[in-house]
Amino acid sequence: MAGVDGIAGVDAVSDPSRAGRDPRRASRWAGVVRTPLGLAAVVLTLALLVLAVVAPMLWSADASAVDTDDILAGPSAEHWAGTDNLGRDIVLRTLVATRLSIGLALGATAIAVVVGLVLGTAPLLLGRRAGRAVVAGVNVAVAFPGLLLALFFAVVFGVGATGAVLAVGFAGAPSFARLVQTLVAGVAAHDYVSAARVAGVGELRILVRHVLPNIAEPLIVNATIGAGSALLSFAGLSFLGLGVQAPAYDWGRLLFEGVGSLYVNPAAAFAPGAAVLLAGLALNLLGESAAKAVGVASPGELSVAPRRRRAARATPLPGPAEPDPQADAPDLVLDVRDLHVGFPARDGRVEPVRGVTFAVRRGEAVGIVGESGSGKSLTALAVAQLLDDLADVRAERLDVLGEDLTAPGGESRRHHLGTSLAMVFQDPMSSFNPTTRVGAQLAEVARHHQGMGRREAMDRAVDRLAAVRIDDAERRVRQYPHEFSGGMRQRAMIGMGLMGSPELVIADEPTTALDVTVQQQVLDLLQAIRRADDVALVLISHDVTVVGDVCDRVLVMYAGRVVEDLPATGLTTSARHPYTRALVAAVPTMDTDLDRPLTVIPGRPVDPADVPVGCAYAARCPLASDRCRAEDPPLAGDGTAHRVACWHAGDPIDVDPGGRPLAQVEAT
Amino acid sequence: MATTASPGVAWPARTLDARPWLRFGLRRAGRLLVSLWVLLTASFLMTHLIPGDPVRGALGPTAPAELVAAKRTALGLDDPLPVQYLDHLRGVLTGDLGTSLISQVPVSDVIGQRLPATLWLAVLGFAVAVAVAVPVGVAAGVLTRRGHGRRTELAFTGTSVVLGTIPDFLVGVALVYVFGVRLGLLPVAGNDTLSSLVLPVLALAIGPAAILARVLRVEMVRVLQADYIRTARAKRLPARTVHLRHALPNALTAALTLCGLLLGALVAGTVLVENVFAWPGLGSTIVSSILTKDYPVVQGIVLVYGVGVLLVNTLVDVALALLDPRSMIRED
Repeated sequence: MAGVDGIAGVDAVSDPSRAGRDPRRASRWAGVVRTPLGLAAVVLTLALLVLAVVAPMLWSADASAVDTDDILAGPSAEHWAGTDNLGRDIVLRTLVATRLSIGLALGATAIAVVVGLVLGTAPLLLGRRAGRAVVAGVNVAVAFPGLLLALFFAVVFGVGATGAVLAVGFAGAPSFARLVQTLVAGVAAHDYVSAARVAGVGELRILVRHVLPNIAEPLIVNATIGAGSALLSFAGLSFLGLGVQAPAYDWGRLLFEGVGSLYVNPAAAFAPGAAVLLAGLALNLLGESAAKAVGVASPGELSVAPRRRRAARATPLPGPAEPDPQADAPDLVLDVRDLHVGFPARDGRVEPVRGVTFAVRRGEAVGIVGESGSGKSLTALAVAQLLDDLADVRAERLDVLGEDLTAPGGESRRHHLGTSLAMVFQDPMSSFNPTTRVGAQLAEVARHHQGMGRREAMDRAVDRLAAVRIDDAERRVRQYPHEFSGGMRQRAMIGMGLMGSPELVIADEPTTALDVTVQQQVLDLLQAIRRADDVALVLISHDVTVVGDVCDRVLVMYAGRVVEDLPATGLTTSARHPYTRALVAAVPTMDTDLDRPLTVIPGRPVDPADVPVGCAYAARCPLASDRCRAEDPPLAGDGTAHRVACWHAGDPIDVDPGGRPLAQVEAT
Repeated sequence: MATTASPGVAWPARTLDARPWLRFGLRRAGRLLVSLWVLLTASFLMTHLIPGDPVRGALGPTAPAELVAAKRTALGLDDPLPVQYLDHLRGVLTGDLGTSLISQVPVSDVIGQRLPATLWLAVLGFAVAVAVAVPVGVAAGVLTRRGHGRRTELAFTGTSVVLGTIPDFLVGVALVYVFGVRLGLLPVAGNDTLSSLVLPVLALAIGPAAILARVLRVEMVRVLQADYIRTARAKRLPARTVHLRHALPNALTAALTLCGLLLGALVAGTVLVENVFAWPGLGSTIVSSILTKDYPVVQGIVLVYGVGVLLVNTLVDVALALLDPRSMIRED
């Protein structure tokens, strides 16, 4: 049909399988031999195949040579694994049996794949109703273990090699059908298939030309693994006496005979047993390695964690940091000096937090702002000791609520921090344990740290949920997290922190994942808690406005350093670091001229793996001079509570006619 | 007062909570019924799919024609197919599974006599597999969590892959050799003493334990990176509580589906293991019945195995729903 052929040109463009021979595809398959395990599996499989072809030609006669003088003999120089009850050599028989064993397994796999393909693609070809019936039938059949199906079919097809091939094949078909259904459904949803269908290409043609080529890879991988299990099933059936019948013999049959004489000559059972095991493993590993190489999900995914590298290059620590001017205050809840957080990386170590120093007084609200990647969340997690053990945290001083976290701590510190340090995380959707009721997750704190009983702790949880303005708290404690809305979960998370009597709340982007309408509720709640009990708050956010509204003091972070520390009230008026000024300027206000493009900070944040010499902000800074590119400015105080790290702090930047400080204007 | 809500509030709340459970229960029961019907039909068709006359096959070519004809009539094989089908369904529902062609014993008696031994094997085998796999898998997961114990991980994965691939009957043969032939420590055949259970149960349990432990390790490693684990750590709970109370249930939800498959395979695995250890259960009976073409017995035992597997699958789904209520909604 001319019309259809005309279309083939169109859809071939987008169908990945029809874009000619892709060299990457071939090299992906070659990736199998690049791992030692994959290479071993390939070599072993090839050896088995060669043996299957060669062995019967070479040793078939010798393997059936009867020697009645030497029956059931143990291993000897002449017969490595001894002889059977007719004096035949076990090793030779095992080698010769390779052809039948492998051949039968491959035959059964072929049947399973073909039947699976027919059943799996039937929903596409048949109408909706018949298709659904096939899917339902396959779903029922998949629920039964393969061996049971094989037994069922062995009865139907009769005892013997032919019956067993059909039985093992049909028993494997349902899982293949399920696989094909899943794969076909995935491919059929793609645009190029829809396009072909809209163009009037028949379903069968779509199947053959577009769907099958695209599911070939996972199918081959799974067929390899399937051949391994078919081999084992076959050995099982023959071992039961339901498969290959004498005088023919496969490994299962040899095993069956060998076990009969286990007390006389155990080697007679071991030789075929080892063969079965080796072949099964080889095919299985081949399939798994191929799955890995071509990126197909296999049933038994082997996952390997990334290799841990030792930190080779130690980043030099900068000189002692000037302490936060208020570090002498008597009522500190947090005193951090020269905090560094590093991670092992491909070439040594990256340090996303490079010497952060700040202190927080009782009842004070400190905001930490910065772009993503500035190290603000890592700082918060390091202070809360919540980084995983890969992280290398170093600090001159790390005092949290009077506990020195640079020294090892015990039970009493856990109870102290568990009740007085509260955390609020960014994503309330994933921060609750989905398998535990909300009430139990709250009550746990009181039960563990305050020694409350189950009942008492649950009452406290109800009370705390009510305190964070969750209606109907008595019912809510019995619900699971997925029954809560996002805003409600975030309030419940805050309530969890209130189970004890917090003196410090660390909130890491608490409103970022929430709707605008609930953001304010959560912020109001944090404010209310703060005021009620004189609780200190560290609020991490990329949103300057939020921090300016809620906090007393703002730390601005850039590339793992604090670049400015200033009172929140001075954000718009007295910011001196060009980065802070640019951040403030980037916020649209009521009198922003809407006809002008929005102000943005040009360039990209610094990659922690590649921090430049000098001031990290120099590349993006309109004030940058040669000194900035050579020397990193220290965070220096000016006698007041204001600290800034800039050689040109406060220098005028080109001012636009509206009088707002301006970084640089780019069209967005 | 967490539990004593005023009735006006509690009542609508409870119906709200019950609805997903009700829907889940109905849907699951529906699926079980359909599966049972398919199973019954398949077991009925089994004897009719066999090429040739099953009675002639069972009695042998030398049996007199009158005997074969009489047997056919007695089995109802001369009735129209729909009548036979209804008789079959009625028989199964009333517990009448026919009589053995060979021993003339009612099939239900044969099953009643053999089932307990098989059940013991399957239940103990599964219990041992879980009892070994859960602590081992959890410990391995904690030891090899992100960025830790790469060598441990390779050794563990390698061992569990090999152990998981060895078919149970080979494990059985090896156990017979080591403990029976070489050491003479444990009985290798029959079901006479309690110690007869040890080797068959081990043979059944080792493979599934290895597979389960391997999957549990992968799941634990995944779960230990979840946000809610960070929350649990933020609560300053001891590591033991974080791992067992918060990580394990979440790792188990994924492993539980696998448990269902393993348990199903284990039920079928008893067939082979029983034959290795001459265990007087359903497995050795079904094989000898297949060989003697005693179809009513085969039919009955296939039915028992099938029902067992379906019940296991249903139980696993219910356990999954209890462990992770979201699975009720997700499942469709």
